[in-house]
Amino acid sequence: MTQREGQAWNILATVEDPEIPVISVVELGIIRSVAELNGVLKVEITPTYSGCPATQVIEDSVIEALNQAILSPFEVSTVLSPPWSTTMISESGRQKLLEYGIAPPESDSVDKQALTGEERQIPCPLCKSKNTKMVSQFGSTPCKSHFKCLDCLEPFDYFKCL
Amino acid sequence: MNELKPSDSCWFNYIHRIVFLGENRNQIDLMSEHSNLMNVALHLGDNALILGHRLGEWCGHGPVLEQDIAMTNIALDLIGKAKMYFDLAAELEGKGHDHDFFAYKRDVLDFKNLLIVELPNGEFSDTIARQFLFDQWHFLMLSELANSSNDRLKEIAQKSLKEVTYHKRWSSEWVIRLGDGTDESKAKMQEALNEIWYFSGEAFMPAEYEKGILPEGLKETWMTNVKAIVSEATLTIPEEDWMQDGGKTGIHTEHLGYILAEMQFLPRAYPDATW
Ligand SMILES: [Zn+2]
Repeated sequence: MTQREGQAWNILATVEDPEIPVISVVELGIIRSVAELNGVLKVEITPTYSGCPATQVIEDSVIEALNQAILSPFEVSTVLSPPWSTTMISESGRQKLLEYGIAPPESDSVDKQALTGEERQIPCPLCKSKNTKMVSQFGSTPCKSHFKCLDCLEPFDYFKCL
Repeated sequence: MNELKPSDSCWFNYIHRIVFLGENRNQIDLMSEHSNLMNVALHLGDNALILGHRLGEWCGHGPVLEQDIAMTNIALDLIGKAKMYFDLAAELEGKGHDHDFFAYKRDVLDFKNLLIVELPNGEFSDTIARQFLFDQWHFLMLSELANSSNDRLKEIAQKSLKEVTYHKRWSSEWVIRLGDGTDESKAKMQEALNEIWYFSGEAFMPAEYEKGILPEGLKETWMTNVKAIVSEATLTIPEEDWMQDGGKTGIHTEHLGYILAEMQFLPRAYPDATW
């Protein structure tokens, strides 16, 4: 890794997801690569959900951060393949989601319940009870499902598998 | 004396073109493959855009808050897909247009979406019937397209497939819930299926431009999957065999014009408006 590549990774680790401002774009796994090529820093990012409005904000924030760190000349481009998956969220990212009150995604790349119709038990991020129920597959943002805890009665978001 | 008169010049160009055509068969084939691919990108993008717009009309009108949110989430996914397909179309077209051009600056005859996606929302059961029949096709088609020899279509399909898995589950569950529900919900769900049924076959009638690019022969699997859900919902498959088509080649129902009038008003009245 070149010095500028290292600096870029460090600065990108401070760029937060606009909708979940406790997790960085690096922890979220949407910085695909950083490579210095002929003096130009090439940064590839990948969208989470294809219609997620945060995607544009993230791209703007990445450009702003790289500019502020005086890392130009650089190029930011979007890549689709391989598609982003919730398995690309780092361990520290998952921990931060949980502390923020969002149940982190289980390990499969697509929730099996989306295929088989089986209910999945997602532990409540507040009281840790497994006695929870899905209210709706679709929640406050494209990446989340809406759950409620039947023990502490709090509603919570689950970061659904993609 | 040797000066070419305009008519000679035209004639000369004409001859020249014939020679050019004759000598460049391969290049012409490549050009038509290129335009076929662009039409496929527009067809898939238009499906996503128009259905996304229809679902967006439910915003603030859903039967309950959770389903209002579900429909607008699916709308958002679809509009995101439209953007990806239109970006591809713009690249293939090579005229410097962007995705907004294809959404906002084309007229009814240019749109290549399936007729089913432009049909009005009707009651909740009508929206569910439309979504269910579309999702079942969309999922199958993307599953095949995810192995396409075209890298760009392949990556969009792979990206879309995971999201559409959620859409398909949502609409299928609602068919079952309403069908196997109260007498009233059952009657409404059956009526909704009957009414929209003859728009369900167009997806399986290939347009010239899609041959060799989009998967074929999906109808049997689609029918098996649709039948399984419909019978679980204690409903029956309509008997109608005759299927309406036209959308893929720009022949639309009257509804599309109204959608475009609403969707395109702002960018046409205030070109290049930003916020
Ligand atoms: Zn709890």
